[in-house]
Amino acid sequence: MRLLFRAGRVIAPEAGTDRVEDVLVENGVIADRGPALLPDDLLGNPPADVEVIDARGLCLAPGLVDMRVQLREPGEEHKENIASATAAAAAGGVTSLACLPNTEPVIDEPSLVEFIARRAAETGRARVYAYGAITRGRAGKHLTEMGLMTAAGAVGFTDSPHTVADARVLRRALGYASTFDQLILNHPEEPTLAAGGAMTEGEIATRLGLPAIPAAAEAIQIERDLRLVELTGGRYHAGPLTTAASIEAVRAAKRRGVAVTADTAPHYFALNETAIGDYRTFTKVSPPLRSEWDRRAVVDALKDGTIDVIASDHSPQDQDSKRLPFQQAEFGMIGLETLLPLGLELVHNGFLTLGALIAALSANPARILRRPGGTLAKGAPADLVLFDAAKPWRIDEKAFRSKSKNSPFDGRPVQGRVIGTWLGGRRVYGAAS
Amino acid sequence: MSAAFAHRHLLAIEGMGPDDIDLLLDAAETHVEVNRGEVKKGASLRGRTVINLFFENSTRTRTSFELAGKRLGADVINMSVATSSVKKGETLIDTAMTLNAMHVDVLVVRHPESGAVHLLSEKVNCSVINGGDGTHEHPTQALLDALAIRRRKGRLGGLSVAICGDVAHSRVARSNIHLLNIMGARVRVVAPPTLLPANIDRMGVEVFHDMARGLAGCDIVMMLRLQTERMQGALVPSTREYFHFFGLDRDKLAVAQPDALVMHPGPMNRGIEIDSVIADDIDRSLIREQVEMGVAVRMACLEALVEHRQTLRND
Repeated sequence: MRLLFRAGRVIAPEAGTDRVEDVLVENGVIADRGPALLPDDLLGNPPADVEVIDARGLCLAPGLVDMRVQLREPGEEHKENIASATAAAAAGGVTSLACLPNTEPVIDEPSLVEFIARRAAETGRARVYAYGAITRGRAGKHLTEMGLMTAAGAVGFTDSPHTVADARVLRRALGYASTFDQLILNHPEEPTLAAGGAMTEGEIATRLGLPAIPAAAEAIQIERDLRLVELTGGRYHAGPLTTAASIEAVRAAKRRGVAVTADTAPHYFALNETAIGDYRTFTKVSPPLRSEWDRRAVVDALKDGTIDVIASDHSPQDQDSKRLPFQQAEFGMIGLETLLPLGLELVHNGFLTLGALIAALSANPARILRRPGGTLAKGAPADLVLFDAAKPWRIDEKAFRSKSKNSPFDGRPVQGRVIGTWLGGRRVYGAAS
Repeated sequence: MSAAFAHRHLLAIEGMGPDDIDLLLDAAETHVEVNRGEVKKGASLRGRTVINLFFENSTRTRTSFELAGKRLGADVINMSVATSSVKKGETLIDTAMTLNAMHVDVLVVRHPESGAVHLLSEKVNCSVINGGDGTHEHPTQALLDALAIRRRKGRLGGLSVAICGDVAHSRVARSNIHLLNIMGARVRVVAPPTLLPANIDRMGVEVFHDMARGLAGCDIVMMLRLQTERMQGALVPSTREYFHFFGLDRDKLAVAQPDALVMHPGPMNRGIEIDSVIADDIDRSLIREQVEMGVAVRMACLEALVEHRQTLRND
């Protein structure tokens, strides 16, 4: 069976093109791309083995690659499991995702990396990769078996959302991981400054009487880490970046030629600290929502490419973890199903081109993770998202596939909706046309 | 009361207007006289149920609310909930469900977490008074402080008030800063930077790190309690160093107005934040009166909320 997407607005990050054309999928891979692949006279009566999908007025792009997702399986399946997360991913146009190792048990050995891959293959709705922990049990002390986990498929290493605080441990991790040319991510928060904090420091935290985390905690951590990267020559990915100062540190390091890439999450450009309002725990995230000034710096960094990637930072939490006094509530919000529409706000508001947004959501993370995706080149797996970029709708938590509903965006009017998602040429979301 | 209090809950001073505050203070004023009389018991809250729900130990505030409710004829029940249990939050929501089934009229809540009283108010169908939540607000304390000041000074507007000590961890300071600003007083905070929250100047205060400058010419000095565990090197190096630089004694008070009054929300750490000579000076110290005003103010608050519920029911 072949698939023909007819006359959609096709965004191909690898070619840097954004134009109306056809895309032909054969045997699960992109077979051809170009204007009018099927002659007009055949359109009404296509060959029997071709399913024609009318993409006129719609956008077709590589499936999104979400490099920061918390799966909760194994260990907290009441909040989310791989089946529900990948269903959410498919509904959000995400065809590949990388999960943090903060499961129970922690992904700190090869068998757990394999477990994630096996469970994901069973559901078959998205490509699921795992980061291994940098340190055993994410306790910040002893290095994990990075080589064996790499062989098992780990896409990088991180203790996130814990920070590897000990500079010597992180130095060794960067050095050791470079043996396998592997990526290191460190949660960008100096832990002693952040300890006990529930939101960003400033007037609002003072008024609410909440223990706060200074914005400087992020820049201090990032700057230290970047010095260690220069010392070791390892590959380092910073994020989520949320402050003007930490962004500036990454910008300067990139200018110096340091091997650093960076991501942020939609809530850091779509919201600021005022969203906390009267102690809305769904807005409690780590790092915390920042000032308007920092929020604008995130937008600017996406514009100038200092931040390469937008990742959802999907962090499912059940009601019992959130329906609490703010300080006691868990951190995190879900984001797989709102990643694209929130990203499109940047396009609709004129900050990013659609091509740049799609690159930040697919090609850039795929390149950083060194995994397939983010391309419409001939021969690439047909991981695709078809969406209506203009479609207005309201985010509705009742429609979420995630087991957890902790999204502060419930009820937010947005523009841009996923119509269908294909994984290796197989439809994983959306009704057949 | 001519005008009516138009709020379902009393959760914070922030957001209230000068009319709301005047209304409560005027009403409290009438209760002060009754409380000083021989027969103190009224009947305006007869048949109503007030529950004091305290998730944090407090003898003074709880007793004050209890007395206020009983003097108005309400049935008052005290509930102390241990906060040492592992998951405090479950208790909070579960408690709300339980209380809803009991048809309570007013719930007075104290909780160690900022925002917890707000959360509870969203889950119960009665009126809620914030009896102090974390380091957020303690509105009835600010009201009773205002009443004590108003009775002695005749006004709030135009006064210069210095709030000294651990502002960072003080809900009393935050409620007072809001109330005094709303009523047109000038507010200063005096403390070392480790005891001040970030951007406190944005709440409408002048910031001083030195008692001599901070107290100069002020009409009211409000001292705050500093918890002893914060004085052993965490936020200040020692109690003796703290008292030396920030404890209120006669010398430091000398730069204030000659008729400046001294206040403290209690309980006091004598010899740490305040010298006993000042605390016990009946000409300068409002501390005893603060306690007395507490009962009157809480009576006014209970009445105002119950009347508001009544008008809602009648509509």
